[in-house]
Amino acid sequence: MSPLLNLDQATLRFGGLTAVNAVDLSLPVGQLHGIIGPNGAGKTTLFNLITGVYAPSSGSLNFDGKNLAGLRPDQITALGIARTFQNIRLFPQLSVFDNVRVACNLHRATSPLHTLIRGAGFRADEEATAARVDELLALFNLERFRDKPATALPYGEQRRLEIVRALATRPRLLLLDEPAAGMNPSEKVELVRLIKEVHRRFELTILLVEHSMRVVMTLCERITVLDYGVKIAEGAPGEIQKDRKVIEAYLGEDHTNNSAHH
Amino acid sequence: MTPRRSGPPWPHLLLGGALLAAFLLTRWVTDPYANDVLTTIGINVILAVSLNLVNGYTGQFSLGHAGFMSVGAYLSATITLLLGPSILGEDGGAPWAQNALFCGGLLVGGLSAAAAGLLVGIPSLRLRGDYLAIVTLGFGEIIRVIFQNIEPLGGALGLNGIPNYTTVGWTFAIAALTVFVVVCLINSTYGRGFIATHDDEIAAEAMGLNTTRYKVVAFVVSAFFAGLAGGLYGHFKMSITAAGFDFTRSIEIVVMVILGGMGNTLGVILAAILLTLLPEVLRPIAEFRMILYALLLIVLMLLRPQGLFNFRRRPR
Ligand SMILES: Nc1ncnc2c1ncn2[C@@H]1O[C@H](COP(=O)(O)OP(=O)(O)OP(=O)(O)O)[C@@H](O)[C@H]1O
Ligand SMILES: [Mg+2]
Repeated sequence: MSPLLNLDQATLRFGGLTAVNAVDLSLPVGQLHGIIGPNGAGKTTLFNLITGVYAPSSGSLNFDGKNLAGLRPDQITALGIARTFQNIRLFPQLSVFDNVRVACNLHRATSPLHTLIRGAGFRADEEATAARVDELLALFNLERFRDKPATALPYGEQRRLEIVRALATRPRLLLLDEPAAGMNPSEKVELVRLIKEVHRRFELTILLVEHSMRVVMTLCERITVLDYGVKIAEGAPGEIQKDRKVIEAYLGEDHTNNSAHH
Repeated sequence: MTPRRSGPPWPHLLLGGALLAAFLLTRWVTDPYANDVLTTIGINVILAVSLNLVNGYTGQFSLGHAGFMSVGAYLSATITLLLGPSILGEDGGAPWAQNALFCGGLLVGGLSAAAAGLLVGIPSLRLRGDYLAIVTLGFGEIIRVIFQNIEPLGGALGLNGIPNYTTVGWTFAIAALTVFVVVCLINSTYGRGFIATHDDEIAAEAMGLNTTRYKVVAFVVSAFFAGLAGGLYGHFKMSITAAGFDFTRSIEIVVMVILGGMGNTLGVILAAILLTLLPEVLRPIAEFRMILYALLLIVLMLLRPQGLFNFRRRPR
């Protein structure tokens, strides 16, 4: 079967710095794939490439057989790729409910003009959207915060709200950038359970960047390791843990720590 | 800030009530001074509420609102001046015919302003913050110079003898319509996209929102209502000059939006009313009026930077 996402020599340069260097990646449908690497390895930049925030300097990216070159980020999301952000980017003026609701716009059945007429069709559409938002919030146990400003939530809940918001776009591929960052151990356990749950329930393919080795090793079927923008290894969790290059890249570093590359 | 709730449950009912009130006002307000003040309030409410869609909700900084207003003023006045005599005849025509002509003129003015908004918006809305402010400021000045130099439109002397069609009723009806459109747009799944565009463009795009499209829509809708306000203004003052739509006029409207608390329609309405009444109240001390006005603004901005009428908490 052809891969859902395929990167062929994807490269991005920032001036003299090659943040992503000739990365090949092939994600089969349904895979839960981890990306690890020291700080500054280019993991977030890789996500920014896939979601169209940056255009590749060279190489190509394909999603479901379509070349992503020249597409705007919102067009890429419309194809079925959604993401969360490492530095949480919720909409501060919007409530928890509205943060998720606004992400439902791709699947709105009525046009902007209907907001003025506010007929039966419009109301039905709005109600269907609200029901879907409430269902997603309940799944992540966030319904009790429904009408709170999103940025008033505790940190861990904000991270989970970002996942809900991404799911509201109805993606086929979900990119999670350090979803467990800043969470305590019990929150991490809950997060792992939720990721497994949505992976199964929404039949997702997931690409996961995470520093917490425990989260990566329990969740991912396959792992890619980046270092200085280069892919230095790919394999099953067991193989990666034994890989000599990977151990060298992390040499002297605590695997579960966020210590900087020197 | 507390989150925005889903807004009034019956926007159409509110609109109907406001239109009825506008109709009754036309009947009851006979005092010319009250008529003047109320009309000015109505026009300023239209201007401020429409600009708030761009500067408040969508988070873009436009300084060209007076420019769009002048497009509406000139084009609607051209219609009534040009077509009036042939349609209405020598005796000035029946009131309904006058109103129909006025309505057509306003519509042409609004649509022309919207077209100008589209023309300016598409290339310039890719710019951010200060750059957009400069481009829209430039647009306002260019349009002023253009009108000043078109001789058929009176050149520097402006257009005179515009029929006095604007009433409090017309003004309040259009103000109600402006509020209705903005409130309905914002209070919907679609409309939350304006606020998301304001809050975080990268995140908004990642959620599938075309932020450029949102900005252009906000700009065009806002320009349309500025055009209507211009049309009302022209048929209220009965004479217009391009100089009357310079950038201090734009600034005045921006101040109403800021004072009302950006992205807060009720606050912006109150600010428009207050800032229209304030110069009237200060009329007895005419010499110090502008100084006092400026001082008041400075004090208000220092004490309530979130806007005088914004009672939501500020974000961290
Ligand atoms: N917009 C940018 N302009 C210039 N350099 C950038 C930009 N974004 C990222 N970089 C650089 O690219 C490199 C990769 O950064 P990136 O954020 O992708 O790393 P990362 O693997 O996500 O690290 P972390 O684990 O800390 O999140 C870094 O050296 C970073 O400084
Ligand atoms: Mg990162």
